[in-house]
Amino acid sequence: MADLTDGTMDPVFNNVESEVGLPIGDGEVLRAIDLEGSRAPVPEGGESTSSGGNLRQMGQVFAENKLAVVSLGVIGFMILFCFLGPHLYPTNQTNTQQALQDSVQNAPPGNGNPLGTDESGFNILGRLMFGGQASLIVGLLSALVATVFGTLFGAISGFFGGWVDSLLMRIVDVLLSIPVLFLLIALVTIYHSSEILLILVIAFVSWLVPARLIRGETLSLRTREYVQAVRVMGGSRNRIINRHIIPNAVGTIVVFATFQVADSILLLAALGFLGLGVPAPNTDWGTMLSNGVNAAGNGYWWQIYPVGLCIVLVVIAFNYVGDAMRDSLEIRLQQR
Amino acid sequence: MTGYIIRRCGQAVIVVLGVILLTFLLARLIPGGEARAVLGTKATARSIAAFDLRNGLDLPIYDQFWRYVEGIFVHFDLGYSYKYNQGVAAVIVGRLPKTLTLVTVSVVLALIIAIPVGILQVVRRNKPVDYALTGVSFFFYAMPDFLVGTLLIVWFAFDLKWFPVSPPTDASAWTIFTDPMAFVLPVVTLCVTSIASFSRYMRSSMMDAMAEDYVRTARAKGASNNRILYGHALRNALIPILTLLGLSLPAIVSGALIVENVFNYPGMGLLTVQAAFNDDIPVVLGTTLVITIATVIGSLLADILYAVADPRIRLGGE
Repeated sequence: MADLTDGTMDPVFNNVESEVGLPIGDGEVLRAIDLEGSRAPVPEGGESTSSGGNLRQMGQVFAENKLAVVSLGVIGFMILFCFLGPHLYPTNQTNTQQALQDSVQNAPPGNGNPLGTDESGFNILGRLMFGGQASLIVGLLSALVATVFGTLFGAISGFFGGWVDSLLMRIVDVLLSIPVLFLLIALVTIYHSSEILLILVIAFVSWLVPARLIRGETLSLRTREYVQAVRVMGGSRNRIINRHIIPNAVGTIVVFATFQVADSILLLAALGFLGLGVPAPNTDWGTMLSNGVNAAGNGYWWQIYPVGLCIVLVVIAFNYVGDAMRDSLEIRLQQR
Repeated sequence: MTGYIIRRCGQAVIVVLGVILLTFLLARLIPGGEARAVLGTKATARSIAAFDLRNGLDLPIYDQFWRYVEGIFVHFDLGYSYKYNQGVAAVIVGRLPKTLTLVTVSVVLALIIAIPVGILQVVRRNKPVDYALTGVSFFFYAMPDFLVGTLLIVWFAFDLKWFPVSPPTDASAWTIFTDPMAFVLPVVTLCVTSIASFSRYMRSSMMDAMAEDYVRTARAKGASNNRILYGHALRNALIPILTLLGLSLPAIVSGALIVENVFNYPGMGLLTVQAAFNDDIPVVLGTTLVITIATVIGSLLADILYAVADPRIRLGGE
């Protein structure tokens, strides 16, 4: 903590050993702390004598983490459930008129509706698949956009340093100090939400963490011998960033992209819960939950528990996978 | 320490100016322009021109920004809400204290609970209690706040009827102290995630402190276990919590927005979401700006407390 007064905004950043787990927002704190515990599964020294490829070794470390393997299974199952499910179990999810005619509203599970129906008469099992498509697509794509943009932003900031770095990082500071849901709602109000816009808007509030992380990586990478060698040989800045810095930071990038998927799914669910999610007649898990709350007062439990479980399962699964990937990445870092 | 505080205040000012610039730009980037957002899509070119003239939207952009900043700081003018037919500042002013008390009470309560939990985990580290508390905190950490709130309402308000579904809506911000039963569910919802993360952090920061040289020295001098825990380790472990608090504030305020909507509590968050439904862009931008300034001030206070609490900074050590 000797460099507390070096002008960084948050003293705690200097307190954490690894760049990978900077405690940035509430969401990042546990991940940072967990580094301590996650050091435990490092394989006993001397075992890995043959350099059987970094990837294979990382795969082994990952596979040792049973929770992560199970989580990967959960994610795979959910993707199949949402995208293949509707073909195996076709239900009407868009035609409100027909739903009202064909089935009973708020019917309890059973009788052709394994998870009951909602207030419009839609089959809830089918609706979980239908809403899950939006949640997963928006979550995955906005995490992708946020990671790509944040990576470039952070790499440029860290590589150029000086006033460019200060300016770019102040932009990140400003956006990070706005409570994220307020910013998100402001954007949704101004740019009315369609699914594409939701992806961009969620990405807009999510690229900040990867930007800071990649900047940190870049700052440490750009002083390495091989980067200095390229510079001496007259390599262009673009070449250094694209061929040397980003490939070396790719582990960090992938790990945080994974965490970001969980966060994006949660953000969309929160928006949906507030009634600002995917517009009708489409739906997402957050919107379904919010509709269910109104019904839960009447004891229609099937309208909240299954969808709540889906959200929690997917979010936890992505977090565990991210955790395990970071563990295996650390093993590689130790060998570097 | 003075240097640190001045630098930290400078950063806060820059952030606030940045947020003002952002809300200004967002208002200018409304698709179709601000006039169309107010007057509707059928507005004629003439009425739009008149609106622009009246609101200074025909001026050069830097002039407009200057007027905007001047309006905020000199006249406390955050724009005009055509849906409420009054100034945005007037709409917000009654709502802000409600959110602030909700957040403050929850944060204080979270600290009061999380710190002893973290200490207990260190005292009983790697024993069943420690594992159980770790499991519980991971569980609550993974639960999204809107789901926690929903389940609490369903179980404790709908089914068991122990608590009301929502706090009285017309009451003042102080009702939280005069009618605490009505606020149990909202405060608990807002607390659980913070308790989970604070106690995890407390545990690891206390563990770090226990490994420090001064603890070994104290032990060598024959200090009792309690004296080491509470006299040496705890005081040092508490300092980083202040930093964490400052960093967590934006997320906690975000949580307050959810809680206000789940429990229908008329603070800034509920106002923002209602304004979003009404397409009331000035109010949404106004609440965002004001709540961000409040959050920045809160984080600043936490960091100043940090500087006061940590002798390494207080005494000006580099």
